[in-house]
Formats: sequence, C-alpha cells, structure tokens
Amino acid sequence: MSFANIRREDASRAVIVHAILLTYTLVALYPIFLVVINAFKTRKGIFRDPMGLPNAETFSLEGFTKVLAKSNFELFFYNSFTVTIVTIVIVLLLAAMAAWALSEYKFPGNTALALYLAIGIMVPIRLGSVSILNLIVDMGLVNTLTALVLVYVAQGLPLAIFILTEFMHQIPKDLKEAARCDGVGEFKIFFAIILPLIRPAVATVAVFTMIPIWNDLWFPLILAPGDGKQTITLGVQQFIGQYVTDWNAVLASLSLAIIPILILYLIFSRQLIRGLTSGAVK
Amino acid sequence: MADLKLDQIRKSYGAVDVLHGIDLDVKDGEFVVFVGPSGCGKSTLLRIIAGLEDITGGDLMIDGEVVNTKSPRDRGIAMVFQSYALYPHMTVYKNMAFGLKLDKQDKAAIDARVREAARILQLDQLLDRRPSELSGGQRQRVAIGRAIVRQPKVFLFDEPLSNLDAALRVQTRIEIAKLHQDLKSTIIYVTHDQVEAMTLADKIVVMNGGNVEQVGSPMQLYHHPETRFVAGFIGSPAMNFTKVTIDAVGQGQATVSVPGGMKSVLPFNVDQADIGKQVELGIRPEHLGLGDEGALTVSGVVDVVEKLGDSTYLYLKLANGDRVTVRAPGHSRVKIGETVTASAPAGAAHLFNDKGKAYQKVDCPAEFSAEE
Repeated sequence: MSFANIRREDASRAVIVHAILLTYTLVALYPIFLVVINAFKTRKGIFRDPMGLPNAETFSLEGFTKVLAKSNFELFFYNSFTVTIVTIVIVLLLAAMAAWALSEYKFPGNTALALYLAIGIMVPIRLGSVSILNLIVDMGLVNTLTALVLVYVAQGLPLAIFILTEFMHQIPKDLKEAARCDGVGEFKIFFAIILPLIRPAVATVAVFTMIPIWNDLWFPLILAPGDGKQTITLGVQQFIGQYVTDWNAVLASLSLAIIPILILYLIFSRQLIRGLTSGAVK
Repeated sequence: MADLKLDQIRKSYGAVDVLHGIDLDVKDGEFVVFVGPSGCGKSTLLRIIAGLEDITGGDLMIDGEVVNTKSPRDRGIAMVFQSYALYPHMTVYKNMAFGLKLDKQDKAAIDARVREAARILQLDQLLDRRPSELSGGQRQRVAIGRAIVRQPKVFLFDEPLSNLDAALRVQTRIEIAKLHQDLKSTIIYVTHDQVEAMTLADKIVVMNGGNVEQVGSPMQLYHHPETRFVAGFIGSPAMNFTKVTIDAVGQGQATVSVPGGMKSVLPFNVDQADIGKQVELGIRPEHLGLGDEGALTVSGVVDVVEKLGDSTYLYLKLANGDRVTVRAPGHSRVKIGETVTASAPAGAAHLFNDKGKAYQKVDCPAEFSAEE
C-alpha cells in the first residue's frame, strides 16, 4: 500500500468526522442563534420571518428597551448573579476541604461518610421540595436569597465533593510528606499546595455548579418569588402571559441572560478542558 | 547536628510485622547507609525516623530526647525524596524558602540562607525556574537544597539517586559525599545499591526481612561479613558460594571437601560438633586468580565472558554443575568454551555454617582484613 492511499483514507475519515461534528454544533447553536436574532426584530418581524436575519425593515430594539427600561431587569440580574457567585464560593470551599479530608486522612467512618455524601448525587433534590419549603418557612427565610443559596449549596456539594476527591487522590503522596517534613501546617498545605494543584478540577466543579443554578426556575419560584428577590428566570416569566406573550421582551431578556454565564464560562473554560482531558496533576 | 538512637524499634501494619526490633546508634556527623533488598524495611525505618510513620514498639531518640510522638517538623529532620517531591507550581527559590517562611524568619535571613544553599549546589542561575523546566539532576539538587536551608539535625535521604541515569548518579553521589564533608552533618541514607553504600557510608546497616543483618564500616562488611546474606549482598559481582562438607577439625583450622573433588585445609575455628555437616564456602571473584598456585582451586568451562576494559569477568561452569565467577585482568584473551583453572589463597575464603553464620577466620592476612 502506498503512502498516498493511506493518507487519502485518513483524509476522508477526517472529513466525515468533521462534518458530523459541525452538524451537531449547528444543531446545538441554532436555537440560541434564533433567540438572539429575533430579539433584534419587531414583533411583526418575528412572526413573519422567524428564521431570517433582521433587515432594515424588521430591525428594532424595542424588546431591549422594554426589558431594560420598563422592568426591574438589573435587579433580576443582580439576584441571579449574587446567588450563583455566593453558592460557587461556598461549594468550592466546603467541597475542597471535605474532599481533602476524605482522601487524605484515615479516620473511622471515612468510607461511610464518603458514601453518604455521594448518595446526594443520586437523589434529586426536587423530590424534597415540600419539606424544603416547610423548612424555609420555619426558618423565616422565605423570599430571601439566603434560602436559594442554602438549597443550591446542598444541591451542588455531593457532585463537587465526588469530583474533587478523585483529583485529590492523584496528587503524589510525596508532595504532602515533603511539606510535612518542611514543617508546613495542615491548613497551609491545603491552601498553598493542594488547591493550586487541583485548579482544573476546581474550574470544572465551578462550571458544573453554576449552570444549573443560573438556569433554575423551580426553586426561585417556590422559595423566593417575592418582589425584589426574583432571579432572571423569574424575570423572564413575567413577560409570558396567560393570553398574550410579549415575545420581544422574552427574547431580549433571554439574550441578555446568556451574557454573564458566557463570560463566567469563558473564564473557567480553559481550565475546564484541561480538567476533563488530562486528569494528571503534575 | 545530632546523635540518633534506635531502641528495639518495631513496626507492624495490622497483623503484618515489618520491623522486628531494630537497635542502632548513630553518632553526630556520621553518614549511615541503610542497604538491603526490596522489602527489607529500610524505607519504612527511614520514614519512622522522619515521623511519617508511627512506631509500633520501641523508642527513637534524637539528641537524647524521645521523639516517638513528635511531628516531623518538631524533630529537626529534613528529608530528600526519591521522586524529589518539589512543589510544581513554585519557583526553585520559593521551593527552598517555603519551609522557612513558616518559621517566621525575617526575609533577609531567609534570602541569605536560600542563596547560600543555591551557591553550594550550583543552583544560582536556576532560582527563577519552575521544576518542570529543570533536568532530573537539577531537580534532585533543588530537593537537597530545600533540605539544607532548614539546617536540620539529621538529613534523611530516601533512594535519592534511583531516578537518575547512570552517569548522573555517579556525579551526584560525589556531590553528596562532598556535601557531607562540608556540612559535617548527620546523614541517614537509604539505598538498594550496595555501590552507593560502599562509597558514601561511614557505617553501613545491612537489612533483610525487617532485621539488621550486620552493622559496620564498608571494609568491615566486605572483608568480614558475619552472615551468608551480607557476604552475598556486598560486592559486585557477588561472592561465589559452594557447598562443602567438614571432614576434620584441628587447632585453628578445618579440613573441608568439595563433593567429588579435592580437600582443602582452611584457617577457621570450627566446632568439633560440626564435623560431617554441610556448610558453605565463599570466595569473591576478585580473589580468584587464573592459574593453580592457591590453596583453593576450581576448574571449569567458560560460559560467558564480560569484558569491561579494566577487568574481564569469566563465568565458569564446573563439572559438578556449580557456577563460579572469576575476575581476570582486562587484557585476558580467554574465550567461551575454554577450560580455565582459577585459584585463591586460603586466607581469602569465607565459611558459613548451616544457619548462615560465618565461622571466625584465624590469622587473617592483611590484604583480606579491614584492620588499618
């Protein structure tokens, strides 16, 4: 077999693979593309030509003006942002410390504790919505962002601990022993040596935690639907009426809602890819 | 710098006993090497001294103080690991300074110490690099530097040269020897390579299966091995062994015979009760010379010839099936398949009883003795 033949086979296989991947990409991106282009159209433009780009006739910023000027959109943004960021910080800190303790220290009940925390991944938290609501009411935390943060932390911890424990196991034992011989205290080992080494895992966990929180409608609707505490998802809902839906406003608010999460994702994504593919810490 | 005393140190992992009561005295400034085959417990013993493993029984004393329960940082030790264990996300400078910063030393003092260690180990140009940008030998030097800056009472080395290539190993070995001369520190060094042990140590501790086989200077272990194990472990190529029977015992001498072969009279103190027993005779390859002038002669067919330039190793197969290694001069022209006769003087022989313990040699000639 000559070299030319082999290369041709590889080339045609590469073309097919790329074609499939491109198709999937288009399928995934197309709905978002539709949302964004239609946010810049007039109402008539949306219904007459939903698939087309906005042209001189149909281009309009009325959706955005309605959302930004007429509704309390900055507040919704702020609430979503606050809940997401605070939750990520708490989850990362607690999960990292728990993962460190579980992977590093031998103590009775280590395995049982790890199992108990992992079960949280298997049980959907929404099954307990009624009990959670009762709990929040009893604590007097209804219509507060605190309630949302608490619930999301509980939701995010099991998976975070699971992922981080696996990464902790990969840190060479010698490093920790060298630090101990160097006279470094346990907390300092954790913050100055371990955390920097599992940065890809931390980024991965951050992304997996923040996306469900940002997109969540369920818990904001149940726990914090009151004025001033609404998140973006609730904010978008108010434009969807029983009889008439203000599509410009809905699409405009959705387009705006994509931006913060996109920025956060871009920040974490470089670390994320490294975390997913390599796994190796050194 | 400090004394070290191990008193009946025992270590078990659950039901498995790994160390069976180790006694050892290390004087201030001594370079002690723990050597032995894989699994003998030398690394475990080192880790116990470091404080990375708990002691199941016995006492460990540093400078007269019992330190069994003290954490590594409080024992005044510094350890150099086989895998270097450098912090990958820190520069060389930070790697060396990391431990010091925690002692709340002032910045100028830390800087001075780090730069001095860097100078000793020729790391001055590399202080701003990360470990990933260094070669293996450089990384090992950084690991040593990290230990030096702590100015510990005892340096602990855990097979530090195992991950280096052969040439670098020799070079770094010499640097470690020079370091010991300069710093005059107490060093405990673990290796499975008996060449490192022989060249670096003031005192060698040969371990086997969780026990100490023998403790002594390199020359003592070479010339006067107390057990069959030590005799076979020290020296490369290894000592030749053959089973012989004790025929007769006299004053300061014993007559032994090789099965189906000759008799020899050897200068050992042997008990009358051992007459008729099968014991083991050992001769080092370098003590066997071509020819038949010596008291102990062997004759065999050459199987393998290894030419090293300065010497030639001949692997003989004897008539009774035994294999014997002979060290011939580098210019030797012996070929495979030739029959060769080699012999050694009686004073070069070693005799071990059926339990592996060495019989005492009588009137040992100077060239086979460790006496200065």
